[in-house]
Amino acid sequence: MKRIITATVRNRSGVLNRVTSLLQRRQFNIESISVGRTETEGMSKMTFVVDVEDFQKLEQVTKQLNKQIDVIKVSDITDKAIVARELALIKIVSNSQLRAEVQGIIEPFRASIIDVSKDSLSIQVTGKPDKIEALIELLRPYGIKELARTGVTAFARGQQPSTQDGSSYSSLLG
Amino acid sequence: MERTQKQDQQTAAETKEPRTGADLLVESLINEGVETLFGYPGGAALPIFDALYKAQSAFDQILARHEQGSIHAAEGYARVSGKPGVVVATSGPGATNLVTGIADAMIDSLPMIIITGQVAQGVIGTDAFQEVDVMGVTTPITKHNYQVRDVKELPRIIREAFHIATTGRPGPVLIDMPKDISGEIIDESFSPNIELDLPGYQPTTKPNPLQTKKLAEAISNAKKPVLLTGAGILFAKASEEVLEFAEKYSIPVTSTLLGLGAFPGNHPLFMGMAGMHGTYTANTALYECDLLINIGARFDDRLTGKLSSFAPNATVAHIDIDPAEIGKNVPADIPIVGDAKAALIRLLTHEIEQPEHDDWLVRIHENKEKYPLWFNKPEQDMIGQWVIKQVHEATDGNAIVTTDVGQHQMWTAQFYTFNKPDKWVSSGGLGTMGFGFPAAIGAQLAKPDETVVAIVGDGGFQMTLQELSILQEKGLPVKVIIVNNQALGMVRQWQEKFYSERYSQSIFSIQPDFVKLAESYNVKGLQVKSQEEFIKAIPEIFDYEGPVVVDARVLQQENVFPMIAPGKGLNEMIGVKP
Ligand SMILES: Cc1ncc(C[n+]2csc(CCOP(=O)(O)OP(=O)(O)O)c2C)c(N)n1
Repeated sequence: MKRIITATVRNRSGVLNRVTSLLQRRQFNIESISVGRTETEGMSKMTFVVDVEDFQKLEQVTKQLNKQIDVIKVSDITDKAIVARELALIKIVSNSQLRAEVQGIIEPFRASIIDVSKDSLSIQVTGKPDKIEALIELLRPYGIKELARTGVTAFARGQQPSTQDGSSYSSLLG
Repeated sequence: MERTQKQDQQTAAETKEPRTGADLLVESLINEGVETLFGYPGGAALPIFDALYKAQSAFDQILARHEQGSIHAAEGYARVSGKPGVVVATSGPGATNLVTGIADAMIDSLPMIIITGQVAQGVIGTDAFQEVDVMGVTTPITKHNYQVRDVKELPRIIREAFHIATTGRPGPVLIDMPKDISGEIIDESFSPNIELDLPGYQPTTKPNPLQTKKLAEAISNAKKPVLLTGAGILFAKASEEVLEFAEKYSIPVTSTLLGLGAFPGNHPLFMGMAGMHGTYTANTALYECDLLINIGARFDDRLTGKLSSFAPNATVAHIDIDPAEIGKNVPADIPIVGDAKAALIRLLTHEIEQPEHDDWLVRIHENKEKYPLWFNKPEQDMIGQWVIKQVHEATDGNAIVTTDVGQHQMWTAQFYTFNKPDKWVSSGGLGTMGFGFPAAIGAQLAKPDETVVAIVGDGGFQMTLQELSILQEKGLPVKVIIVNNQALGMVRQWQEKFYSERYSQSIFSIQPDFVKLAESYNVKGLQVKSQEEFIKAIPEIFDYEGPVVVDARVLQQENVFPMIAPGKGLNEMIGVKP
């Protein structure tokens, strides 16, 4: 099962290395990691998408992360009301005749063309991972020359629904 | 012109030599109360060693002959003193020679401070002479590590390092010191009061009272309870509380290898060690119990055997200061995060109905009678188990005993009954050969008035025996007993049992003359070949005031029994009876 875990960490040297080496050594499968600064000076937030077998393994992931001295807080937000976004850059084979057609495909996804050359188009899209997945599938027939994804970044919504049905938000992971 | 070191020190003070980052490091160490320091110099660490020279009256400085010796000695020191072991080494090979000891301290939760010299910041990352990415190498084997990037940070880093190493679940903390930082001229004065600011590190020491209450109730309902004592009890100094607790509810007790001594080995409730070479009684009790209370043990696979046969019908309560240990290998029904002592004190306050489990106690008592640990008794030849029994008698069971890894280690765990805490020093989690002898040096430095015996294999001793130099240098009366089976005994045993007696690289055809070797280090050496000779030698070993190396020639083919073969369960012991 895929889970979204966030970790607030201190910006001290080696933190990212320590965290990834920990996950690797304990054989936790990481689907993606994204890291960036937060609103607080000296703090960064990491968002992991991990693929774990069961809840016992999941508990180990969060506990081991929590054990790191520079990790302040770890949350599994998968079952919360969350906003989760990913950015993808997709370069496809194209030419001037195809451009309008591609434009038509990407518009409903609110994606945009950010670079054009004689034989290629670069498209930028942000959103939930499943939306990005869907767009990639639609563009695949044109021939994907290059693809770069940032990995999911996420946090809990300001307002959490009073009752939780648990599974609903896992679908955010596609 | 000859000058004494004292004079040197004075001149340094008089001429007001400029203070360096290394001086600041040394002041920080003094501020932390460090008294003994294990070091080995080298280029990138020279400013540190220079600062140590200037401050030498502040520390007892030990020069091992190999960095691995330094760190194992520091581990032994930490284990029996309860204070962190402090090691200083140089960059590159100095640091990598420490790696085994760091990993050993990590897995056995020993508080350690490791300071490594590093090449100057200007050349870090250029594959400079003697440069190794020490941070990268030690990240997975330290509780935490630092590379000092600004000399001003140093006092804070040292304060944090000592705090992290000694609190919560203890462990090694490494500080990598680039040479330019150690050599930097500074004018800051040292301020001893540094506020700790570690928001991400707040070990839970006080257990949740609802959970301890749950355990209390489980105890009153249990028909077959078992208490498992781990080394966490020793770190928490909770031996008295464990004894009171076990006696109060008449709960039979077993121990992990490293927990030996946390509960008196001669107590009627004690069933002996559990696990691969544990007693039949203890392993059977773990298999049959309906309530297992683990205090400060990490459910190592050498203890549990096949997980599906480990306490299969038990409610499992697990008390541990490290939350990540709870549920890691064995799911816990009653998880209690906290210090062992705090948890036991709390448990003792709950009013619990006395459990009724007399049948269980009777069964355990019968098993103890029927299936004691045993060994063959050859007429004159010696075997390891017999040797260890003699050492036990000769020291009244009061010595601090260290071991290496192998058969002699298991025999010591089985036949040297530990009745008191902090007398037993062995490499459990990593199983590091070469550990025992230097660890004995550290233990003797920590407890100069106690008898310290290193029981080592002829294989393991040869990995670190160069540290005999320290015995001579520091006048340490360590007694080294080599259980010499002229083989890598434990490997030989596995090859005999599981590889059709194909003894690949496990028999020594040539051995050094251990007596001459000891003598060359000015240490008394003895060879004993029979039971009679050994008994005669006992006063020569134990009444003698200085160090002794005893080459005790034992039969090669002796094995450690009973045993749970790899992949088998607690209920599948072999060699339970002769
Ligand atoms: C550094 C290291 N290398 C290899 C091993 C694997 N090993 C475990 S026990 C053993 C044999 C130990 O032989 P010896 O020191 O003579 O002790 P004995 O078993 O004979 O008592 C070996 C090689 C180890 N534990 N540590």
